[in-house]
Amino acid sequence: MNKDEFGIEVKGVCKRFGQRTVLHEVSFRVDRGETVAIIGPSGAGKSTLLRCLNGLCSFDGGVIRVGSYDLRAGRRPAPFAVLRQIRQRLGMVFQDFQLFPHLTALQNVIEAPVHVLGLARRDAERRARALLDRVGLGDHMAAYPRELSGGQKQRVAIARALAMDPFGLLCDEITSALDPELKAEVLAVLEDLRRDGMTLILVTHEMAFARRAADRVIVLADGEIVEDGPPSRVLGTPEHPRTSRFLEQVLL
Amino acid sequence: MGYDRWGSQHGHLLKATVAVIVAGIFVFCLVSPRGQAEETSSQSSLRWAADAEGGAPYTFQDPNDPQRVIGFEVDLAEALSRKLNRPIEWVQYDYMSLVAGLQRGDFDFAMNGLEVTPDRAKVVRFSRPYYVYTLQLVVRVEESRFANLEELLALGGTVGTLEETAAQRLLEGMGFQPKLYGNQTEPYLDLELGRIDAVLMDLPIAVYFARPNRKLKFLGEPIGQGYYAIAFRPEDEELAAAVDRALAGLLADGQLKAIYEKWGLWNAAQEKLTQADISDVIAESRQKWTFARYFPLLLRGAWVTTYLSVLSMLLAIILGLPIALARLFGSFPLRWAAVAYVEFFRGIPILLLLFFLYYGLPTIADAYGLPFSLRLSPITAAIVGFGLNYAAYEAEIYRAGIRSIPAGQWEAAASLGMGRILTFRRIILPQAIRVILPPMTNDFIALFKDTSIVSIVAVVELTKQYQILAKSSLKYLEIGLATALLYLILSVPLGALSRHLEHRWGKGQ
Repeated sequence: MNKDEFGIEVKGVCKRFGQRTVLHEVSFRVDRGETVAIIGPSGAGKSTLLRCLNGLCSFDGGVIRVGSYDLRAGRRPAPFAVLRQIRQRLGMVFQDFQLFPHLTALQNVIEAPVHVLGLARRDAERRARALLDRVGLGDHMAAYPRELSGGQKQRVAIARALAMDPFGLLCDEITSALDPELKAEVLAVLEDLRRDGMTLILVTHEMAFARRAADRVIVLADGEIVEDGPPSRVLGTPEHPRTSRFLEQVLL
Repeated sequence: MGYDRWGSQHGHLLKATVAVIVAGIFVFCLVSPRGQAEETSSQSSLRWAADAEGGAPYTFQDPNDPQRVIGFEVDLAEALSRKLNRPIEWVQYDYMSLVAGLQRGDFDFAMNGLEVTPDRAKVVRFSRPYYVYTLQLVVRVEESRFANLEELLALGGTVGTLEETAAQRLLEGMGFQPKLYGNQTEPYLDLELGRIDAVLMDLPIAVYFARPNRKLKFLGEPIGQGYYAIAFRPEDEELAAAVDRALAGLLADGQLKAIYEKWGLWNAAQEKLTQADISDVIAESRQKWTFARYFPLLLRGAWVTTYLSVLSMLLAIILGLPIALARLFGSFPLRWAAVAYVEFFRGIPILLLLFFLYYGLPTIADAYGLPFSLRLSPITAAIVGFGLNYAAYEAEIYRAGIRSIPAGQWEAAASLGMGRILTFRRIILPQAIRVILPPMTNDFIALFKDTSIVSIVAVVELTKQYQILAKSSLKYLEIGLATALLYLILSVPLGALSRHLEHRWGKGQ
C-alpha cells in the first residue's frame, strides 16, 4: 500500500480564538510509523494543534490531510462521514482519560467497535480482551473506571482507541495526571506500540521519553513551529533561542 | 347545598394563609394585652359566617359594590338584627369549614344554606328552620328521552349534583352514581356541554343559575324536602333560643315571606315552616361511618390518585426530553420554542390550565365550528393538564442532568467516531439519568400531592374523598390520619425506589 495513505500532512494551518492567534502557518508531516513529540511552553497551541488533526477543533486557514481524507478551514472541517473515517484511522487519548464511567473496562473498549463499526459483540469482545491483555489489564476487564488507578485508566483508554484499529494515536499529555511510577507503565505501552509500527503524535512534557523514543521533536512556541528535527539535535543543540529557553525551564 | 370553592380544594395555600394569620393573632395577643380588652368591648355585635364565593342567591358579593354582600340570607340577617336589637357582622368563611369554624369559636353562628342533617345535629345546635328547600331537576331544553328521575335511571343516565347534600343522598338512595361537584355553576355548565344528562340541586340554586339559562329547563315539580337552619354552638343555648324566637316573629309578621318573594324563592313548601319540628329530621336513620365503610372509599380515591399521577408523570417524562434536547441542541427557532414552552407552562397556575382544558376547550371547538369535539373527560383533562405542566419542569431537570456531563465525554466519544445521537444515547443519557432521577422522583411525589386539586374538574381522588367523608362523618382526625397514611404508603416507596435506582445506575461512578 502507498505509504501516503497513512501519512499525516499539515499545511499552513492557522487558528484564532477571537483576536488571539493560537496557530500561525503551522506545517509539518508525519510518515507512517514515525513517533513525533510536540513540545513547547504551555499555551503554545500544542493541544489545539492535536485536536485539529482529528477534527475535534476547527481551524481558520490551511489544510490537513490524514491518509487520503482532507480537513479544511472553516466551521465544519469535513462532513461527518469523513470525520468518522479520519477518527477511525487516528485514535486519541486524553490527559484526563475520559473513560465512560458507567461502563466496565471491557465495555469501554467494545463500545465504538460494536456501535460504530458494527462488529458482532462476540468478535468485539475477543479483540477487546486481546487489547486489554496487551496493555497489561487482563485481570481488570470487569472493573469500572472508578475502581482503577490512573495508570490503569489511561491504559484502558489506549486500548479503547486501539480497538478501532487505527494507524496512529494522538496522545494529549497522557502522562501529565499520573504519579511517576504510573507514568512508567503508560510509557512502556507506548514504546511497545511504537515498536509495532504505530504512528504516534504526542504532546508531552516527558523529555526523557522524547529523547529516547521519538523519531522527531517539534517545538511549538506562540503558535509557530520554531524547531523540527531529530531529538538529539533539537534537545541537544537547539538552533532557536525559544527552544533553549524552554529547555532550560523544563530541565531545571 | 354546599359550595366548595377552590379555596378549600387548593387547601394548602389557604391553610398556610390561615395558619400564618392565626399565628399572627396569637403573637399579637401575647404581646398586646389590650387586644383582648378591645375584643370584649365589642361583644354586643354578633359574628355571622357564610361563604360568599359563588354563593348566590344565599350570600354573595354585590356586583355593584364588591365590598358588600347581598342575598336572601343577608336580608334575613338584617331582619334578625332588628328583632334581636343587636348588630350582626358578616365574616367570610369557607363553606366546607363552617362547622369546624363554629366549634373553634371563629364566629357566633353559621347561616349559609346548611341543611339539617343527623350528623350535623350531633355537633351543633340548630335553630328552627328558616327555609324549606326542595330539589329541582334541570335538563337541556331539547331533552325528551325521559320525564323524571326514574326514567333517567332506567336509561342509565348521569345526574350531577353538589357533593354532600340532600340531593346526593337522594340520588344515591335511588341507585344513581351521581357526578359530584364542588360548586353550583359547574354542574349546569357540564349539562349544557352534554357531559351529563341532568342536574338535581336545591331549588334556590336552580332558580338563580338555571332558570335564566335558555339552553336549560326545569323538568317536573320540585322533589324531596329539607330544612335550612342556623347553626350555633350547643353551649350558646341562650343565643340560639333568642334567634328561634326572632325567626318565629319574622315568620308571623310576614317579613320572612317578603324576603323570599323578593328573591323569587317563596313557594307552597314554605308553609311548613310554621309547623316544622326538626327533631323529625334528626330522627332519620343515623348513618354511621365506621372504618369498614369509609376505608374502601378512601382506597378508591387512592387508586384514582395513583392512576392520575402515574399517567401524568409518564406524559411529562416523555414530553420533557425532546423539549430539553431542543433547548440544548436545537436550531434557534427550536431553542426559542422550547424556552417559550417551559416559561409558559411553568408560569401559569395549573388550576387555570385545568379550567381551560376542561371548560375552555369545548367552547373553542363550538365557537369555531370545529368538526371534532374537544370535550375531554375529567380524568383526561387532568392527565393532559398535569402532563403539560410537569413536562416543563422535567425538561429543565433533563437539561441540568445532560449539562452536568463533562464536555470531555462528548469529545472522547467523538474521537472514537461516534455521532452525536449515538453519543447521547449510549454515553451521555445513561450517566445523566443518575443526576436526573432524584429530582424527578421528588417531582413525582410532589405531583402525587398536587393532583389533589383536580376535584375542580370533578375527579374524586384521595383528598377529595377525604373531604367528602370527613364532612359527612365529622371524623376529621380519624379519616385525616387514614388519608395521610395512604399518601405515605404510596409516596415513601417511591423515595426508596429512587434511591435504589440511583444506586444501581450509579455504579461505576
